Amino acid sequence: MRLKLEKRPEPSRLMVVATPIASVLLTMLIGVVVFDAIGINGQKAVVDIFLTPLLASYKWQDVATKAAPLIIIALGLSIGNRANVWNIGAEGQYVIGSLCAAGVGIAAGGGGGGLIITAMILSGVVGGAAWAAIPAVLRTRFSVNEILSSLMLTYVALQVLGYLVGGPWKDPNGRNFPATAPLTAEQSLPILFPGTTVHLGIAIALVLPFVFWLVTARSVFGFQIRVVGSAPHAARHGGFDSKQTIWLAMLIGGGMAGLAGALEFTGALKAINLGFPSGYGFTAIIVSFLGRLHPIGCLIAGIVLAVTYVGGQVAQTTVHIPNATAGIFQAMMLFFILASDILVRYRVRIVRNPKNAPAPAAGE
Amino acid sequence: MTDTPPRLGLRGISKRFPGVLANDDVSFDVAPGEIHALLGENGAGKSTLVKMIYGIMQPDAGTIAWNGQQVTIANPKAARKLGIGMVFQHFSLFEALTVLENIALGMDAKIPQRELEGKIREVMTRYGLKLEPSRQVSTLSVGERQRIEIVRALLLNPTLLIMDEPTSVLTPQEVEQLFVVLRQLAKDGCSILYISHKLHEIKALCDTATILRGGKLVDTCDPKVETSRSMAEKMIGGNLKTIQKPADRAFGKERFVVNELSMAGAGHFGVALKDISFSVRAGEIFGIAGVAGNGQTALLLALSGEETTHDAQAITIDGEPLGQLNAKARRLKGLASVPEERNGHASVPDFTLSDNSVLTGRDRLGLSVSGFLRPRAARKYTGEVIDAFAVKATGSEAMAGSLSGGNLQKYIMGREILQKPGVLVVGQPTWGVDAGAAAAIHQALVDLAAAGSAIVVISQDLDELLSLCDTLAVINEGRLSKPMKVSEADIEEIGLLMGGIHGDAEATRQAEEVHHHAA
Repeated sequence: MRLKLEKRPEPSRLMVVATPIASVLLTMLIGVVVFDAIGINGQKAVVDIFLTPLLASYKWQDVATKAAPLIIIALGLSIGNRANVWNIGAEGQYVIGSLCAAGVGIAAGGGGGGLIITAMILSGVVGGAAWAAIPAVLRTRFSVNEILSSLMLTYVALQVLGYLVGGPWKDPNGRNFPATAPLTAEQSLPILFPGTTVHLGIAIALVLPFVFWLVTARSVFGFQIRVVGSAPHAARHGGFDSKQTIWLAMLIGGGMAGLAGALEFTGALKAINLGFPSGYGFTAIIVSFLGRLHPIGCLIAGIVLAVTYVGGQVAQTTVHIPNATAGIFQAMMLFFILASDILVRYRVRIVRNPKNAPAPAAGE
Repeated sequence: MTDTPPRLGLRGISKRFPGVLANDDVSFDVAPGEIHALLGENGAGKSTLVKMIYGIMQPDAGTIAWNGQQVTIANPKAARKLGIGMVFQHFSLFEALTVLENIALGMDAKIPQRELEGKIREVMTRYGLKLEPSRQVSTLSVGERQRIEIVRALLLNPTLLIMDEPTSVLTPQEVEQLFVVLRQLAKDGCSILYISHKLHEIKALCDTATILRGGKLVDTCDPKVETSRSMAEKMIGGNLKTIQKPADRAFGKERFVVNELSMAGAGHFGVALKDISFSVRAGEIFGIAGVAGNGQTALLLALSGEETTHDAQAITIDGEPLGQLNAKARRLKGLASVPEERNGHASVPDFTLSDNSVLTGRDRLGLSVSGFLRPRAARKYTGEVIDAFAVKATGSEAMAGSLSGGNLQKYIMGREILQKPGVLVVGQPTWGVDAGAAAAIHQALVDLAAAGSAIVVISQDLDELLSLCDTLAVINEGRLSKPMKVSEADIEEIGLLMGGIHGDAEATRQAEEVHHHAA
């Protein structure tokens, strides 16, 4: 007896949905086993990481706050990933986006209000897109692989952040800590429910997936992205320009990351310090694949990953495991989702020993 | 029949796939030194059958005997060990590697590179197969890629050679050369299982023909006593239609003019186009013959607009310059095209047929409005294509990759033809397509021309061009010969032009040699 992979005539729709769910469940199961093996209460750890944030209503606002940037960044990255344009530098674009928003805020002096906040957010989008434009130029003009250039630019962005918050933008009243001055209420995003941390950016993160869904499923642009990713020669035959596609994919990915950075700054953190970049840009890559590159999938997967962030903090205090555990779980999820991808196109069949095969039909 | 057992004996072979019985109780023998044809339409089960002989698949029922001994061929390596070689219709080559590396990868035994190269050169000279071992496969044309496969199989000194449509990309002279090789191999005792749709080739080459239809064996006959027509009718199980060409064909005004079109070659080894000029009138079918790798691919890309030129006047349609326009803009002007590679170029395999209609029809047919798609219109149009061209598919939502080669080609041709283009440029319209589908495609092209369109057919199948076209030119090393009327064409001369023996190319080569000496 052996296992055999057999190509499906058409990709399985069931598996497209089933494999991400299975990946999450498998991650939980492996988590229980591994933690038990090293002498930690595995069941409690997994329940705290994956379920407590959902069951305890006071954790919901934390989940929502963490999910918003993940969803927004993942939506942008999914466009590129579909077109085989691999933007790994969303973290840097996120940082630049927040810095641009801060720059506009500082330039406005004490001014605030809807117009200034809008300008701050838009400058975040433009900044993120501009940062992503660098790998786009390098790729289209000089055939430089965008994976490397976008990733390396993240570290450049972190240096820019370090310089600005430690130098020209340092809060004079901040006891010499490298951080910008906290935003005034006039320059902050409105809070939707008084008494919570749920800001306008979270509403934007809930609406955007549906906008992206409409665009990718119904527009010629969405069609272009799918063709370029699936069959680049056919795309050229259909009159789609591959360079234009790379540009659009990079700009949208960067723009969304910049938007997330600006919203996080103006809505949640209100100040930029050296701890501002917390890995959302990298985690969003997992969100994008766990969500099957589908906008609604990204919405759900963004919430799942946000749960592990919040749950990781819960488990830190209850079962005393390091916060990095959440990262391990996130990586495991990505591993399982990528590995199970094959089930969409292939089915597993158990083949019996050929000796047990039915006797050949007798000929004439 | 007890003295020499057949080289290969199949008894009651059956193979079932989800939803289809690909082979149903197939039994026949191949004698040592026999050239045995395997005939059938696409989807008749030929490929499945040879895959089982070559060990890629296992039969669900039935036995395979090799020289009288019952064997289980577990995998292709076991098949090669027995002495079975195969040349596939679809090549398994690594694009990023060289010819030599690809051949080395296919060898079971490790042979030092220099020794292997020597062997390859020996096989190539013995069989007259032109190839440069150090070239990267991605830069090669379809015909050249096939030559790699042929050389690869011959290197193993097989005693049964399976050839899946081997001649579709060769010149008449090359086909003759290949036949000489195959006959020589057969005389030396090597059996050959020869899959082809070209019935006159089978008549010329093969000793026996086994005909499959719908997975069942229909007949095993002697092709020398059958006519091409009688075999074709057994194959499709009905009467074959001949192309209906109106006798008194008059051509209209010049619709499509190519004027001194030159293009640099793509990549290091791509063929450059040099001063290509021709014109096609309304109602005319213009054929471009040539051996694979002489610039056909580049020419098709240049005409379709996938590559553009700075000289706007180099290509005109009804007097309007097209040279600088991309494929989308050219389509809007009425120029449609069908590239030779069906999967991944003319169509997207993992898209539905209606999405594939959007790919080339979205502007001309209004399948998109102000940036948004109209899925219902796309489905309706795709349904019309499926009906008009008798495409066997589960419907407009079937994945393009799930269609057989012939059906996919019928769909692609239908998708372009029903858009009623003023000019249609087609590459290899019937490559690997069975006789029934090929006849339907040819008829559709003739009908489109009769309706006033100008048609350019780029094909390596000379028979196809001679039966289909009104005018013919030959492409060689990126240059196009003078057009000639098909009714007055001389096969011998065309063959020589295809082989590159014409004044210009010879003069250039000599000039280049002088240049090299000087440098």
